[in-house]
Amino acid sequence: MTPADLQQLIDVTYITAAIGFILAIKWLSSPVSAMRGVLVGEIASAIAVTATLFDPQVTHYKWIIITLIIGAAVGVPLGLVKMTAVPQRTALSHAFGALSAALIGIAEYYVVAPNVPKFQMAEIGLEVIIGSLTFTGSIIAAGKLQEWLPQRPITYKGQNYVSLTVLGAALALMVALVIHPEITYLFPAMIGVALIFGIMLVTPIGGADMPTVISLLNSYAGFSAALLGFVLSNKVLIVAGALDGASGFILSVIMCKAMNRSFTNVLFGAFGQVQPKVAGAKEERPVKSASPEDAAAILAAANKVVIVPGYGMAVAQAQHKVRELYDILTKKGIDVRFGIHPVAGRMPGHMNVLLAEADIPYDKMMEMDAINGDLPQTDVALVIGANDVTNPAARTDQSSPIYGMPIIDVDKARTVMVIKRSMAAGFAGIDNPLYYLDNTMMLFGDAKKFVSEIVRELSGGH
Amino acid sequence: MPADFISSLFVFILSAFLGIELIKRVSPLLHTPLMSLTNALDAIVLVAAIIIAGRHETRLSTILGLIAVAASFSNMVGGFVITDRMLGMFKTGKAAKKS
Repeated sequence: MTPADLQQLIDVTYITAAIGFILAIKWLSSPVSAMRGVLVGEIASAIAVTATLFDPQVTHYKWIIITLIIGAAVGVPLGLVKMTAVPQRTALSHAFGALSAALIGIAEYYVVAPNVPKFQMAEIGLEVIIGSLTFTGSIIAAGKLQEWLPQRPITYKGQNYVSLTVLGAALALMVALVIHPEITYLFPAMIGVALIFGIMLVTPIGGADMPTVISLLNSYAGFSAALLGFVLSNKVLIVAGALDGASGFILSVIMCKAMNRSFTNVLFGAFGQVQPKVAGAKEERPVKSASPEDAAAILAAANKVVIVPGYGMAVAQAQHKVRELYDILTKKGIDVRFGIHPVAGRMPGHMNVLLAEADIPYDKMMEMDAINGDLPQTDVALVIGANDVTNPAARTDQSSPIYGMPIIDVDKARTVMVIKRSMAAGFAGIDNPLYYLDNTMMLFGDAKKFVSEIVRELSGGH
Repeated sequence: MPADFISSLFVFILSAFLGIELIKRVSPLLHTPLMSLTNALDAIVLVAAIIIAGRHETRLSTILGLIAVAASFSNMVGGFVITDRMLGMFKTGKAAKKS
């Protein structure tokens, strides 16, 4: 086989890979075909990578093999993390993806420099800027999710202007490089400024906005890979990057809608700050609390139960106990379903994965819009570890910071039971009028302990 | 404007539109596996990393390429492993009872 034939063969494997990638995402439309989708994605990637190893340009193998082994040694443990740790794992993989795209762009620049054609310089510059800022931004996001960094947004006066100036500086350096590619020291300066901007982009965002941030970073990581495809004229990178970028973009839009906020608001609004006014104005209002025995009796008498889980359920490691509760109620002939808010976990779809891990069937997991119509006919809505996503102030109180955010209408159920540690305000620091309603019963305690007490009561009594 | 750029732009625009149409149809149940899967697919930048590292042009480009090989391969392996694991957990009521 001549080198030209080989090159063509490699190109064919890239086209095959692109088809495989498209099918992989197509088959993710339903849990039934999703496994097949992953398999196709794996085969497609394996074919393209294997073919590339035979590329005539590749002459040195030893270190490639060694770094592949290192990559696998890092990747496999990252694939085996606990389901609660998936958001930070995902943020870290955005960082790795952006890092590799940026490094390849940087290497390409130094191979061609200082005689970089203007057009290619613009492509490389943009690619390296996006890759670099996504890298540091994703590291910060992973640190926040892992709770190594403070999760509350960190802000200061005039922050947005400073951040925009830094981004502007990175772009200005890129333009300068396009005009004068021979001034090579501008290139590392541009990278440094972009890295700093990534930190400044994510540091002020936190709390309830993490699902949006992680989706946005996903989008950036995808687009940096696509831009790298432009730099190298490699079409399979463009296809994969465009698919990844589009996916992150759509998820960001879904997350923003689920919180009734715009992109600019997420990026510049610093949601999740403590609301001193709201917290200060809190008054002592009577709430009804109930014991596990009372809760078990009410649940046993119900026909329809909707459980609304929040991230607090996962923090308390209560999902397996919730599964026992689901089993015991279902055995009694009670219809139990789960109402899942799009931002219930720490990344899009996170709550579904946490429930699936506890063996809760996916046909019982309902989206917010699907469950809201049924809540007025529901006997008991049981809220476990969720707060802001059930806050009726979002529908009624125009002065509330979450006014307009779509919520799960648990207050419309005949009885609402809320498992909560104490009356402390939620992540966003907003008081929840749900707790003071006549049909609401507060079940104070640790979610895991409380649910197991209800389970014990239900299994013992009958 | 180089001819390569035009054909790249063509591929990009078509893929982005196709991606938007396909991803809209992905069940919200699977949004987390969607993100880990697209992440693993995106790790195909590994092919570019292998070429940069294997061409051995300058010491710097080789070292940067090799770091990119490790980072992207870890994404590829880890992304597929976790997507597989997550999807294996999704069962319907009937299947869950059997297991």
